[in-house]
Amino acid sequence: MSDTPLRSDAPMAAPAMADSADTPTRPADRPPSRRGRRNARRRVLMAAARVAIVVVLLTVWQLAVNAKVVDPFFWGEPSGVWDELVSWVTVGTPQGSLSEQILVTLQEAVLGFVIGVILGVVFGIALGRVRVLAELFAPFLKVANSIPRIVLGAIFTVAFGFGIQSKVILAVVLVFFGVFFNAFQGTREVDRNLLANARLLGASPWRVTREVVLPSAFTWILASLHISFGFALIGAIVGELLGANKGLGLLIRSSQNNFNMNGVLAGMVLVAIIALVAEALITLLENRLLRWRPPQYHGAAAVE
Amino acid sequence: MAAIELRNVTKKFATADGGTYTALKDLSLTVEEGQFCAVVGPTGCGKSTTLTLVSGLELASSGEAVVHGQPVRGVDTSTGFVFQQDAVFPWKSVLDNVAAGPLFRGTKRSEANGLARDWLRRVGLSGFEDRYPHQLSGGMRKRVALAQTLINQPRILLMDEPFSALDVQTRAIMSTELLQLWDQTKPAVIFVTHDLEEAIALADKVVVITAGPGTVKAEFDINLPRPRVVQEIRFDPTFTRLYGQIWEALRDEVDEAYTRTTTLSRVAS
Repeated sequence: MSDTPLRSDAPMAAPAMADSADTPTRPADRPPSRRGRRNARRRVLMAAARVAIVVVLLTVWQLAVNAKVVDPFFWGEPSGVWDELVSWVTVGTPQGSLSEQILVTLQEAVLGFVIGVILGVVFGIALGRVRVLAELFAPFLKVANSIPRIVLGAIFTVAFGFGIQSKVILAVVLVFFGVFFNAFQGTREVDRNLLANARLLGASPWRVTREVVLPSAFTWILASLHISFGFALIGAIVGELLGANKGLGLLIRSSQNNFNMNGVLAGMVLVAIIALVAEALITLLENRLLRWRPPQYHGAAAVE
Repeated sequence: MAAIELRNVTKKFATADGGTYTALKDLSLTVEEGQFCAVVGPTGCGKSTTLTLVSGLELASSGEAVVHGQPVRGVDTSTGFVFQQDAVFPWKSVLDNVAAGPLFRGTKRSEANGLARDWLRRVGLSGFEDRYPHQLSGGMRKRVALAQTLINQPRILLMDEPFSALDVQTRAIMSTELLQLWDQTKPAVIFVTHDLEEAIALADKVVVITAGPGTVKAEFDINLPRPRVVQEIRFDPTFTRLYGQIWEALRDEVDEAYTRTTTLSRVAS
């Protein structure tokens, strides 16, 4: 065969003749390792710079409180937030142990996320594939998408009570639309050649959907998941703010009722940590599922 | 009975501005069992449309496409189609891409994998089973596409400028390999191309299509001996003579198409 593939991660053979003069030791792997070292240093510097920004902001805030420029009654203070967190962990919260609150909120968000994503993908692909369905439902979906759905939380709390159910449903409603529109668009954008090819190779409509449309739309769907988990968390927290007997939202709410701004902020810190961990997990999932995609920033993966 | 027959087919498409565009007009074409037919014509003459009609991806506006005596009513899976652009599934490994056809047709996974390995060997891609298409060169992806199509042992093979994206050398190599593969199962072929040299080197019959709306202008039998080596056959005196004859027929159509597109673009700008 005339053409040999070159993987982008294969070590490049350096021009030995030109290089051997100044570095006779190991000319072959010099360019990648030098670049690798530079990348590693850059990453460390970047992380350090980020930590520095956080430290500076928190310090300025704390100093402003100490100098009585900022009133901690309204705005809280970093040391107070930290004390609050420590007491929640060691003593527990007024409504039970901290881990219990986190687990309840997490459960609501994850359930709402999973159900919302499944519904969004199923409806998105169904409407993307079947033109009649899309025509029929388009106006309803547009209307449903344009109303502020968070308001539905008030109804759900009344209808489904203070338990986990009302929060899960609110999260589902928030997650559904983002995923739905992406799945729909992804389905519409599937390469027509691939569809024709699959049909000619003998695939039934169901197999075309499963083996061509779904993986092809996955790039779009996965992009929506990053935002969607955020929406699921919002649904869970807002649902708890509106009325609950457990959860981080309730913790924030009761802190607010006690004019304890440090408690509100401490609750926010916990929500942010959950969101970041979820984001990392989704990115892992994305990389796993989209292994087939060419690396986008590493230049050509193959040469003729 | 002919393998493929197009009987006075006309194909019209609706255009964006509400009009109709006639791609093919009263086109008739017959390809015998085991015959390799090349269709040449200027850009935009509806060459590719003939393939979509035979494959059943599109239906004729009038006239009839007939395959093995049966009118084409929809996609028929005894037809193989090699597309101009990459149509291999980028999320499937090379092996899974080639095994897709048998799997779609209900073959067991182990059996399909065995068949796929065999076809990968035939197209010279043993050892690349676990690669993804983006890790292959254009020529190798084309080989995957060929194996993917040929593994179904189609009785009809339709090819839409399959090698047009390849560089000249790879293209000649691939053409020779295509002929060797074709020889193993001898399906009836329609090979669409705008490259006259490629058409003559490969085909038993070359059909010249007029500038759009496309219809058959002339047919030429290519009686060059087989097996052929595409890289060398162009030095054959018969090849040169045929090239001269067919080019004579093709030139007016190319000129016509060229004038049209250039005046159009002048009006547009």
